[in-house]
Amino acid sequence: MKRIYMIEDACIGCHLCEVACITEHSQSKDPVKAFLHEQHRPISRCTVEEWDGGVVSFSTTCRHCDEPDCMRACISGAIQKGNSDVVRIDTEQCVGCWSCVMACPYGAIQRNLTKKKANKCDLCPDRTSPACVDACPNRALVYKEGSQK
Amino acid sequence: MNYVIIGNSVAAVGAIRGIRSIDPQGNITIISRERHVAYGRPLISYLLGGLVTEKRMAYLPEDFYDKNRVNLLLNSEVVGVDTADRKVTIAGGDTIGYDRLLVATGGDPFVPPIEGMADKDRIFTFTTWDDASKLKALAPDIEKVVVIGGGLIGLKAAEGLHLLNKQITIIELADRILSAAFDRPAGRIVAKKMKANGIDVITEDTVIRVEGVGSQITGVTLKSGDFIPCDTIIVAIGVRPAATFLKGSGVEVNRGIVVNDRMETNTKGVFAAGDVAEAKDFFSGVKNPMPIWPDAYIQGDIAGVTMAGGSKEYTGGIAMNSIELFKVPTISMGITNPIEPQQYEILTYQDQENYLYRKIVIKDGLLAGAVLVGAVDRAGIFAGLIRERMDVNPFKDQLLTPDFGFVNLPKEIRSALFAPAGKVTETEPSVQAVGH
Repeated sequence: MKRIYMIEDACIGCHLCEVACITEHSQSKDPVKAFLHEQHRPISRCTVEEWDGGVVSFSTTCRHCDEPDCMRACISGAIQKGNSDVVRIDTEQCVGCWSCVMACPYGAIQRNLTKKKANKCDLCPDRTSPACVDACPNRALVYKEGSQK
Repeated sequence: MNYVIIGNSVAAVGAIRGIRSIDPQGNITIISRERHVAYGRPLISYLLGGLVTEKRMAYLPEDFYDKNRVNLLLNSEVVGVDTADRKVTIAGGDTIGYDRLLVATGGDPFVPPIEGMADKDRIFTFTTWDDASKLKALAPDIEKVVVIGGGLIGLKAAEGLHLLNKQITIIELADRILSAAFDRPAGRIVAKKMKANGIDVITEDTVIRVEGVGSQITGVTLKSGDFIPCDTIIVAIGVRPAATFLKGSGVEVNRGIVVNDRMETNTKGVFAAGDVAEAKDFFSGVKNPMPIWPDAYIQGDIAGVTMAGGSKEYTGGIAMNSIELFKVPTISMGITNPIEPQQYEILTYQDQENYLYRKIVIKDGLLAGAVLVGAVDRAGIFAGLIRERMDVNPFKDQLLTPDFGFVNLPKEIRSALFAPAGKVTETEPSVQAVGH
């Protein structure tokens, strides 16, 4: 399957991947509206980490594992691996127990505290290429066929 | 090939997918003594408290059993297994033959005899959907509840009842609640939060007598002599592997059904997985029952694959719990409270005021366990470090930081996990279970 990979040396820590992720998953899909006017602004599904004032930076996201630890830990069945191999979370079904947060070794599931729901990458089902990848000015994120490990 | 699975919770689901990843043809029959399709068992406290509706209890997509062509026998209790003739007997006398049998029956709540309990009506256990429904139906009549046992089940029952505005007293024999998963500071933080919510937590005490008139309960007398008034009692002392029906079958049952790394029992064709099984521990290699949800799935998956002729091995169970109690999220994993602390290196950070606590347990340079209270984000990174047996010495002093992440790990590790280099293009689609 196609997965998102990161190239650490190309990342400049601009966080545009996070902005694009939030925008894509907002109601308006407009960054200004999403950030200033939407009541329930989404939280980013990718995570930029930085070190030493930004000398090191990179963006991590869900691996859409072959045998997802999050799915196995989910107590409500909200997390399922679909036919396209994308690991998805049904937020209606999620009870916010954070078992997936406990289980994911990639640290790729976030807690949306206002909604009390787990939050994870869905590979942007409405797009041909995920928003974070398209937004990266340095091509530090790539979307291509590849294995999980 | 006839596969028979006794039990219909998460281990059974793992097994169904495991079987179907190898064998799309064989007959799979599930026998469950419960009347429901697989449901999120840990959700019963949410159901009791009104946080989820019955509609949300189903654990699987509606078409799961159809898609995987599973024959479901609900409301049927297995009373015996004939391992020589390879058949199981169901209450009522019917028998079902098998080529491969998986026992995934989970646990039965343990209710010790307590003086005065025999003729009382409102003494409940809390491990099934029906237990929750029964309590919910009675709720308008319930005022004061005593919960015997301050473990996971007891606390979740208490939380559910608290949401229904019942007055609750928890009575725990140990010196703190959740003693299996928590150390003293973590137990204290959660107990403090519970007390702030009006729940009484009594530790180092136990119920010696149920008081009342006829079938009605008026209260309980404790070992200390105290009397706690109540009209309902929840017994949540613990569960025992539900394996009594294997008596005389020749299947070895110790504290659970003893299995090897392929989930095979001592008896050919018979497998076990989940809370009923006794498989090896990740750290010690010693066999132990491990009543942990994700672990039950993993064991079920391995059992299913093995039963269908594939090969997959268990790397050992790691205790792991994520529990939010009264809005304080907690995650614990691995060895959190070593019996011989001098052999371990223990790092802690504590801010009782804000219900924050973090504990890291290291042995010989390897992460052995972690407790996170309050800030639990990305806890799974620790789970990964434990499972991969990674040397944590180079970044040991950073393990307690609240935003600990991959930036604290060596670059090679994050590249191996997240970079495109070295990732192969899958030319052929991998074998997929139907109905994932």
